[in-house]
Amino acid sequence: MPTIGVNKADLYKELGKEYTRDEFDELCFEFGIELDEDTTGVEEPAQLKIEIPANRYDMLCFEGIAMNLNVFLGRQSMPNYTLKSPPSGQLETVTVSKDTAGIRQYFSCAVLRNITFTKARYESFIALQDKLHQNLARQRTLVAIGTHDLDTIQGPFTYEALPPDQIKFAPLNQTKEMTGSEMMAFYDKDKHLSRFLPIIRDSPVYPIIYDANRTVLSMPPIINSNHSKITLDTKNVFIDITATDKTKLEIVNHIIVTMFSQYCEEPFTVEPVKIVSDHNGETRETPDLTPRATQASAAYINSVCGLAESRESLCDLLKRMCYHAKPSTTDDDILEVDVPVTRADVLHQADIMEDCAIAYGFNNLPRNFPTTRAATAAALPINKLADIVRLESAMAGWAEVMPLTLCSHDENYAWLNKPDDNKAVRLANPKTAEYQIVRTSLLPGLLKTIRENRRHAVPMRIFEVSDVAFKDPALERRSRNERHFAACWYGKSAGFEQVHGLLDRVMLMLKAAFVTREDGLEGAAGVAGARYWIEGCEDPTYLSGHAAAIYLQLGGRKEAQRIGTFGILHPTVLKRFELPFPASTLELNVEVFL
Amino acid sequence: MPGTRGPVPVPVQNGDGDLTLQILQAVNEHDIVKSADTFPNTSQTVIKAALDRLASRSMIEYDTKDSEEVRLTDEGQQIVAEGSHEYKVWDAVRQAGRLSLKDPVLATAAAKAGQGKAFKNKWVKKDGDALVPLTDAVTDTTRDDLQYVADHRAVRRADDLKELRKRTLVTTLKVIAYEARKGPKWALEIPVEVTDLTADMLADGSWEKATFKPYNFKALGEQSPGTGALHPLNKVREEFRKIFFNLGFTEMPTGRFVDTGFWNFDALFVPQQHPARDLQDTFYVSDPAEAGPPGPDPEADAALAAMEEEDRDEESSNQPLTAPPTRTLDYAQYYQNVRSVHQDGAFGSIGYRYPYTDAETRRLVLRTHTTAVSTYCLHRLAAHPRPCKYFSIDRVFRNETVDATHLAEFHQVEGVIADYALTLGGLQGFLRRFFKKMGLVGLKFKPAYNPYTEPSMEVFAWHQGLGKLVEIGNSGMFRPEMLLAMGLPEDLRVYGFGLSLERPTMIKYGIDNIRELLGHKVDLGFIERNAAVRLDKA
Repeated sequence: MPTIGVNKADLYKELGKEYTRDEFDELCFEFGIELDEDTTGVEEPAQLKIEIPANRYDMLCFEGIAMNLNVFLGRQSMPNYTLKSPPSGQLETVTVSKDTAGIRQYFSCAVLRNITFTKARYESFIALQDKLHQNLARQRTLVAIGTHDLDTIQGPFTYEALPPDQIKFAPLNQTKEMTGSEMMAFYDKDKHLSRFLPIIRDSPVYPIIYDANRTVLSMPPIINSNHSKITLDTKNVFIDITATDKTKLEIVNHIIVTMFSQYCEEPFTVEPVKIVSDHNGETRETPDLTPRATQASAAYINSVCGLAESRESLCDLLKRMCYHAKPSTTDDDILEVDVPVTRADVLHQADIMEDCAIAYGFNNLPRNFPTTRAATAAALPINKLADIVRLESAMAGWAEVMPLTLCSHDENYAWLNKPDDNKAVRLANPKTAEYQIVRTSLLPGLLKTIRENRRHAVPMRIFEVSDVAFKDPALERRSRNERHFAACWYGKSAGFEQVHGLLDRVMLMLKAAFVTREDGLEGAAGVAGARYWIEGCEDPTYLSGHAAAIYLQLGGRKEAQRIGTFGILHPTVLKRFELPFPASTLELNVEVFL
Repeated sequence: MPGTRGPVPVPVQNGDGDLTLQILQAVNEHDIVKSADTFPNTSQTVIKAALDRLASRSMIEYDTKDSEEVRLTDEGQQIVAEGSHEYKVWDAVRQAGRLSLKDPVLATAAAKAGQGKAFKNKWVKKDGDALVPLTDAVTDTTRDDLQYVADHRAVRRADDLKELRKRTLVTTLKVIAYEARKGPKWALEIPVEVTDLTADMLADGSWEKATFKPYNFKALGEQSPGTGALHPLNKVREEFRKIFFNLGFTEMPTGRFVDTGFWNFDALFVPQQHPARDLQDTFYVSDPAEAGPPGPDPEADAALAAMEEEDRDEESSNQPLTAPPTRTLDYAQYYQNVRSVHQDGAFGSIGYRYPYTDAETRRLVLRTHTTAVSTYCLHRLAAHPRPCKYFSIDRVFRNETVDATHLAEFHQVEGVIADYALTLGGLQGFLRRFFKKMGLVGLKFKPAYNPYTEPSMEVFAWHQGLGKLVEIGNSGMFRPEMLLAMGLPEDLRVYGFGLSLERPTMIKYGIDNIRELLGHKVDLGFIERNAAVRLDKA
């Protein structure tokens, strides 16, 4: 969620009241924003750091926060934003070249005429562009904004795409002219701008905006030209917006002009610009400030909110959330709702309904425990089974641990003397080598837990019943989890019999009877329950001759399946996990008992 | 080995045989024995151990006497032996009759100090550059006072102490001494003691005459051998599960750490450019490379069917009366619905209106929330829409930079309630009851933003310890864009709420580092000694 810093004294002046911390906290709480920090006593002038919901682009600056809160408090009504042509009647024009289609094809534009900046307004104007670039524009990939002093440039304008070496201008705050390629090199080390370079760096053409005299306005999404930069004294602001996403292009335009047109000589007026973009059917005048007309059902709003408000009072509630709404004259349930261009977050009547609930007050809604017929209290079968194993292990004197699911490739394979069996799910973008794969065995986690607890008295007896994951190309998710049970004994002697004893105990509790391998292989005719046996096996994780495989035969079936192994850990395994004492481990798949 | 952690009568020796026996003899002879007098050379701790051994058997009783003793310094002892400095000056002058001030006898520091005192006492006077005696006999009160200290370990007059200390002739010392006397079970010898009642004693009746070794009630008992333990976090998880079961919830099949972009994000109406889908936030899977198209998960379906079967009467009398006809799920249609509600708008929504990328839906991720599973279960519900309550508690993954409050994996507690005509106040009322079972009351709800719920409410409760509202979870009603794309009926509304398992556990136990709760760095001692979880108790 974005956090916006606003001047505390200015905001309270704008809201017409000197709020206490508690009062302002409460206002924020009711509206759905959050006062993160009040810097009174820390910095001068004091700021309020306010957290804004990620979809409220209309609250990313001082002007938007003040306006929305004032409307919510009923201190002002939603401004009526209008378009106003210049005195000449001649709109500025931008012609979009079809070469831009391959790199950044959408263009939008607006002019703020006779604006008066102060230091605070100017800084807010710059900060809003930054916030929009970061959030909605996804670090300028989707949308980029350039603002210019219109009195330094001369229309008509063109938006083109040219090879980098044919572009040459002095970028913002530089005096030396550079080509597109030179700028890439120049800004490569720049902490702020370097992260945007990859958006166009490898493209054969770069986006570029010229005026009638071939003076560069900007090379989006990287940098504006120094020539046309705005200052505190700028009176007429030309705003260029380029994008790869058409919807977000216009949202950005709407937010900038609605937030700052209040400082124009005639407040809340915006001068449109004609865009000529025939090749992609985007020829039009921008911005279009017409509110979106939609409808909402009063019955739906009342039903979800648990209210019985008249359509008129619902309209009053909506007014406090910046809408203009009135009861339909043709349908006695419908509200005719105008959604202002600032409210790009409103997609469905559900959003309108929520705003009614906010204006009414979430904490004023009638609360009741919902009566519902649904009442199937049931535990997931695998969890029921796992809980049996967990409880029996704990009752047998073993302590449950919860290591992580993600581990390094080495921990899961090489450190256990196991070759990569190509069964593990690998991660594409971990931040550390600790998280390379999803474990296919519970052993690494147990051994790391012992390692971190080396100061604990020995013997240590620990266990875990949890999921591992395997690749499985047959499934939609190309992988599956498997519930495993694993235990580790660690002490001055290896404890092979101890893990064996735990296995026997758990098998007893799961009603699997112990048989010898010979009896097992002979068959289980007439036996109803499950049977298990163990037989010596060679497994590189374990010391040679001190490992056993566990076989399970389910209800009367002759075929047995190998469900796990146990044994004394190989000294090389101990060494890699930095364990000075011997240890024995057990691991088996419990899903077979489902 | 019974009794090893009970009273331990270590033999107390002072070099002269058994000290306890000596004490008994002394008490026998004197009735009241002052340790400082009777055993002046035995250290106080040794005396006390012997006295405790006897007192614990009620053979004696004793009192502790704290006192302050005055002791002579080396200089003080010297004065007792040789006389005070002023005396020595007077004596030298008297013997000489007239003593030059330059005489070496008067040059020492002690003599200089003595001169002033001798003048003051009018024992000597200055006569030119020499001293002459004023009297033939003097009383050396300083020496006498110090002699008194040597004899009595106290000063004669309380007022003198300060002066003598200032002159560094005496120091004071805190002394603990004991006064012992006979106790209720007085005897001259310690009887033979048995440490425990045995089967043999019962058989031969010797228990009747036996003296049992007294038990030390100030020590812990013996630890139960081989105590096992469940993990604290799983203990809390179990309490949550009980709450859900009590409220009639079915546990969802969460056995898939790996999920698809479609189920984890798209189906939840999370736009494809949403920051949550960034590499910074989500673990993507490189191998396997790509998911298959959305479809049924037979394992999950079987588990859900088995649980639903538990509650179905054979006569099917508890089937919802208004159940619409069952239909088969069309996953291809579902995918198209999701695609168009994002890209073009549908189901009464204008949508996000961006070019939808099919490849994004096939990217495999480690699920960032168990809501991916809830989504699957809700879509399954479209085959037979009806009221239901689902919950899950399982692991989720975030590509976080690890710190005291963040791990790359943690547990999400999630609940979903679907029913007709649900209201927002109903969700608040439900959560009020849910959290009350954890002792969290005074719930407040704050409007919030979440791509898949509208309205969205953050849940706050009053925290007594912190004296403020703290966020305890998130909740909302799933968006129509999500539910209608599944084919659920318009009037079936769905609550969703969730919280992490770790956060309330950390608040409950005052743990400020999540790594002390989950992962391999957790202290085994913490697991073994963590108290039973009683969420409703403060």
